[in-house]
Amino acid sequence: MLLIHCPYCEEDRSELEFRWAGEAHIARPENIAAISDEEFAEFFFLRNNEKGLTYERWRHIHGCGRFFNAARDTVSDRFLMTYKAGMPKQPIPVMEKAVAIAEEKTVETWEATEGDAR
Amino acid sequence: MVDSGIEMATRTSSLFGLHGGSSAVRLEAAPAAERISLRVHAENVSALSGALGVDLPVKPKTSASANGRTALWLGPDEWLVIGEGGYDIGNSLMQAAANSGALHSATDVSHRNVAILVSGPGAAAAINAGCPQDLSLKAFPVGACSRTIFGKIEIVLLRTAEDAFRVEVWRSFSDYAFGLLAEGARDAAL
Ligand SMILES: [Zn+2]
Repeated sequence: MLLIHCPYCEEDRSELEFRWAGEAHIARPENIAAISDEEFAEFFFLRNNEKGLTYERWRHIHGCGRFFNAARDTVSDRFLMTYKAGMPKQPIPVMEKAVAIAEEKTVETWEATEGDAR
Repeated sequence: MVDSGIEMATRTSSLFGLHGGSSAVRLEAAPAAERISLRVHAENVSALSGALGVDLPVKPKTSASANGRTALWLGPDEWLVIGEGGYDIGNSLMQAAANSGALHSATDVSHRNVAILVSGPGAAAAINAGCPQDLSLKAFPVGACSRTIFGKIEIVLLRTAEDAFRVEVWRSFSDYAFGLLAEGARDAAL
């Protein structure tokens, strides 16, 4: 089970209390009625779907209920950091660490990651 | 209702008749209580605290009790306030909040929730049968509270003593909550 740090609860909590809420830092257009269909599609449907470091919104839905942002590695599933909603995109604190995580050759088998989970 | 001389209808708890527990865990339905779901901006917290007679806690995972009322921190601007004693008509918490004169949102959820009291040396273990939180006294001391997960439902958990918890659950999920607690209680006694 993953532990996710909630910036509002100020502690690590089980992933079971959280819900993913899509890519972070997508600004809603200022005048949404004026934009073209293509621009709307770009804003509304198209996502980067990065492999590796990605910025996402998460919601502590079964905890404090708040949305927040997370930097996560989609290869290893590791959360690199979380921060409150409304804050600008945060740099990863220790870049070397993030690179090391990104380059890590993880063997992801059910037995290795969840085998002894209850 | 106008004074017709007839008796008021009595409300049957959704937990009525359920029984379970083990040598290590006692399970019982909590008495009826008043409850409000309260949302308040930071600048109005003191006004609402004064009106309710209990200080709304601002530290995550903490609660405060005074004057027969308990305020549970659920989120940065969100509390569950529980008042002792059921009622027939009206909700003194709603009235008190309104009397604050400060901007807030209060919803009467007295009958949305019921509560199960879990106590005994195996209480934490019984809850951990379906709840992923660390319920050690260090991480979850007396007075700690949290909205969290219990099996496939959401609960609000409050530790009332070293070996006692109050589990607040939406009434339509109470049968499930009680059943899973009964299973956990049985396992805790093994
Ligand atoms: Zn939280």
